[in-house]
Amino acid sequence: MDPVAAKFIGAGLASLGMGLAAIGVGTIFGNFLSGALRNPSAADGQFPRAFIGAALAEGLGIFAFVVALVLLFVV
Amino acid sequence: MAAGGGIDPIHQFEIKPLIGLRPLGLDLSFTNASLFMVLIVAVVSLIMVYGSSQRATVPGRLQSLAEIVYEFVASTVTGVMGREGMKFFPFVFSLFMFVLSANLLGMIPGSFTVTSHIVVTAAFAFLVIGVVLVYGIVKHGSHFFGLFVPSGVPGWLLPFMVLIEAVSFVSRPISLSLRLFGNMLAGHIALKVFGGFVVALLAGGTALGYAIAPLPLLLAVALTALEFLVSFLQAYVFAILTCVYLNDALHPGH
Repeated sequence: MDPVAAKFIGAGLASLGMGLAAIGVGTIFGNFLSGALRNPSAADGQFPRAFIGAALAEGLGIFAFVVALVLLFVV
Repeated sequence: MAAGGGIDPIHQFEIKPLIGLRPLGLDLSFTNASLFMVLIVAVVSLIMVYGSSQRATVPGRLQSLAEIVYEFVASTVTGVMGREGMKFFPFVFSLFMFVLSANLLGMIPGSFTVTSHIVVTAAFAFLVIGVVLVYGIVKHGSHFFGLFVPSGVPGWLLPFMVLIEAVSFVSRPISLSLRLFGNMLAGHIALKVFGGFVVALLAGGTALGYAIAPLPLLLAVALTALEFLVSFLQAYVFAILTCVYLNDALHPGH
């Protein structure tokens, strides 16, 4: 295979990770919202925790994004 | 911006030396990145010093801004670390204000986003982890390494758990720096790409191009709003994760 083509295919495959991280972030905020609607008085106290979880899930998507960028512009 | 007909979305991150300084072969030039870092510090200092100098019972605009930011960060710090965490408040507050101002100043069209460079975010992340390590070891000694030994784990599983905890600790500075860097870089590239669509469609000069050019323009406006949200959110996430990591240094052991 042409190395340049392989590079672009690899960057595209790495982008899949960003979509999968989106599922993770959506799960966290969806569950936070359903819990918050059941017990709104407890929601404010758990808000930072929801963000910590979302940040950790999102970090893995960012890793995939950086892999795609490295493949496109560095390698 | 337009190089050979196309639009290069990476061009906006280029570092240009403004004042060349090369003592002893080291490149210590004052660049546009340095200029924006000086600007950020000046803006933050102005807001906080001038905002806290009035001390009015009924605060004015600048004083309320300073008070809101102070109380927001203070409640985050005490929420994660408790009252004794307030000794780290100046550190967390400085980090939060610098990252927030860097992200927001970067949203001004034509300006430079300092936090879209991994050198800057990695320096912050390693500073945070360095403070965690130094404070944890000085305060707790060898007890600090209890952080890597979760309690209530069966003996045969313990070596694997220690390994996993150690790997997760080592990957913290990497993920902390890459998260901020990746978010700011991706957001600004997306803005430039959608702006480039508008230019390319209008430059084509066809009726169809003029007809659909408003669509990417509208999306670019919506993305700008999203980027303002991301600017604030990433500064908040950086501050709260700093608090979580510092909490490990304050209270090691599970």
